[in-house]
Amino acid sequence: MSEKYLKLSPTIHLAPRIIRNLRERIVELLLLGAAISSIATTIGILGILIYESFSFFQQVSIIKFLTDTEWSPLFENPRYGVVPLVSGTLVTTVVALSLAIPLGTIAAIYLSEFASPKLREIAKPCLEILAGIPTVVYGYFAYLFVTPLLQIPLPDLPGSNMLSAGLVMGIMIIPYVSSISEDAMRAVPVHLREGSYAMGATRLQTALRVVFPAAISGISAAYILGISRAVGETMIVAIAAGLQPILTWNPMEEAATITAYIVGVTQGDLPHGSLEYQTIFAAGLVLVLMTLVFNILGHFLTKRYREVY
Amino acid sequence: MVENHPSQASKFKCEVKNLNFYYGSVRVLKDINLSVFSHQVTALIGPSGCGKTTLLRCFNRMHDLYPGNRYTGEIELDKINILAPWIDPIEVRMRIGMVFQKPNPFPKSIYENVAYGLRVRGQSQRSAIDETVEQALRNAALWDEVKDRLYDLAFNLSGGQQQRLCIARALATNPEMILFDEPTSALDPIATASIEELITQLKEKVTILIVTHSMQQAARISDRTAFMYLGEIIEFDRTQTIFSDPTHRKTQDYVNGRFG
Ligand SMILES: Nc1ncnc2c1ncn2[C@@H]1O[C@H](COP(=O)(O)OP(=O)(O)OP(=O)(O)O)[C@@H](O)[C@H]1O
Ligand SMILES: [Mg+2]
Repeated sequence: MSEKYLKLSPTIHLAPRIIRNLRERIVELLLLGAAISSIATTIGILGILIYESFSFFQQVSIIKFLTDTEWSPLFENPRYGVVPLVSGTLVTTVVALSLAIPLGTIAAIYLSEFASPKLREIAKPCLEILAGIPTVVYGYFAYLFVTPLLQIPLPDLPGSNMLSAGLVMGIMIIPYVSSISEDAMRAVPVHLREGSYAMGATRLQTALRVVFPAAISGISAAYILGISRAVGETMIVAIAAGLQPILTWNPMEEAATITAYIVGVTQGDLPHGSLEYQTIFAAGLVLVLMTLVFNILGHFLTKRYREVY
Repeated sequence: MVENHPSQASKFKCEVKNLNFYYGSVRVLKDINLSVFSHQVTALIGPSGCGKTTLLRCFNRMHDLYPGNRYTGEIELDKINILAPWIDPIEVRMRIGMVFQKPNPFPKSIYENVAYGLRVRGQSQRSAIDETVEQALRNAALWDEVKDRLYDLAFNLSGGQQQRLCIARALATNPEMILFDEPTSALDPIATASIEELITQLKEKVTILIVTHSMQQAARISDRTAFMYLGEIIEFDRTQTIFSDPTHRKTQDYVNGRFG
């Protein structure tokens, strides 16, 4: 064994090998611990969701849960159809994305391909501030400002509606989309851009035909993040879209999202372990699964269009 | 598609007259005078950092893409000064193509890479594009290798094939001149040989200006050679003369490998 620690040269002074190895091991274990704790948290959350939902689904059939079109767990004759909550979530998400994706993408293309470095330095932090505003502020902005504004051209618009909540949510999401998309486009190597310019392409043609497709995997990651934000957003929809679980696909109506239901129902005090209490977890599980589906979908799309340069 | 340009009465395709170039306030090219002969291969050689790439990129006004770059003097293409401020650089780039040091195919199919120049010119007629793409790939000696997988991503090609694809891309728009910046420096010897052969064939159709680090390459493929040193053209002559009987001491030292 001892020749293993033999010194090769008397002029090299190192800490004894045993101590070095020990130090490496300790650091490695610390890093592993940090990694495990974040995975453990995720598993813990999923575990609780599944555990509590399990007791819920022992009393309510999954089929009924997924197909019944009414959600009234707190009523005299409770109904447990999650569809209205899902529709509320999807409608607000679609409204938000139909604002955030085009505007965020255009902002990203502009900042990455057209803006001068100076303008970019000013504009980027300004955009990112949008993401830092507390969502409760956005909620009241939607409820007290955007809705009355929309009521001028649309006088029949109710005070709580998904349109206004979705639009404001879209504004909040723009910087998520634009910031990540811009990073992805700026990472496209200069020699690809120059190849396009050398063919006589304009700046816009280069941006749309070469840079955008080359950055598509990063850009779709940005879109996925935007979707996750929209699906999971709570305060804005709870304040501006209302708490009534109504099955409708019309954004100009009031309807609760999954998140809005959860935050609404937790305001009252529900007896621990009751069926009403467990609805929170069943709804939460649906929310997580929806986000998961979008993430997986995004992952495959990204892979499909992955560009190597 | 690519044919001789008949109006070549003049023997010079391009004439550079007293060209100076500045990156910001740094003068990198000094009073360059150079005549690029029609349908010949003109090589630019010289030690690293002497300004070969900078000079090459003046010909298609690539420097216009970045702020702070400035030219004085003239480059005449068929007697018109393409450095004049009223000349649209995009129009210049449509007449003078470029092939880069590192193959840079776009993240598109082989077909779309070659069709790119036509698409940015607004060409959309499918049959015309098909025909041009095939002809350009044939002229770049790539057609037989890719004809069965035109819709594969261009990244799946080997480095040498990618570089020939970039040549096909440049040829597809029927340019009068093509600029090559060390087109084989990222390639193995076999791929290099095929690109060199291709360049020799292409000069029937286009005028070629090529930067190269390899003296053997310049000797093998070029008709004229310009030796550059510290931003100046020290000597410009027939390639044979430059390599066997140069006038200047510096040229002689360089071609004999004594520095650089
Ligand atoms: N974008 C730039 N900004 C400022 N200086 C530059 C820039 N590009 C090149 N230079 C400088 O200009 C000089 C000429 O560079 P250039 O790239 O033209 O040399 P080269 O002859 O092509 O060299 P190599 O054989 O290494 O490619 C060098 O001193 C270089 O440092
Ligand atoms: Mg160079």
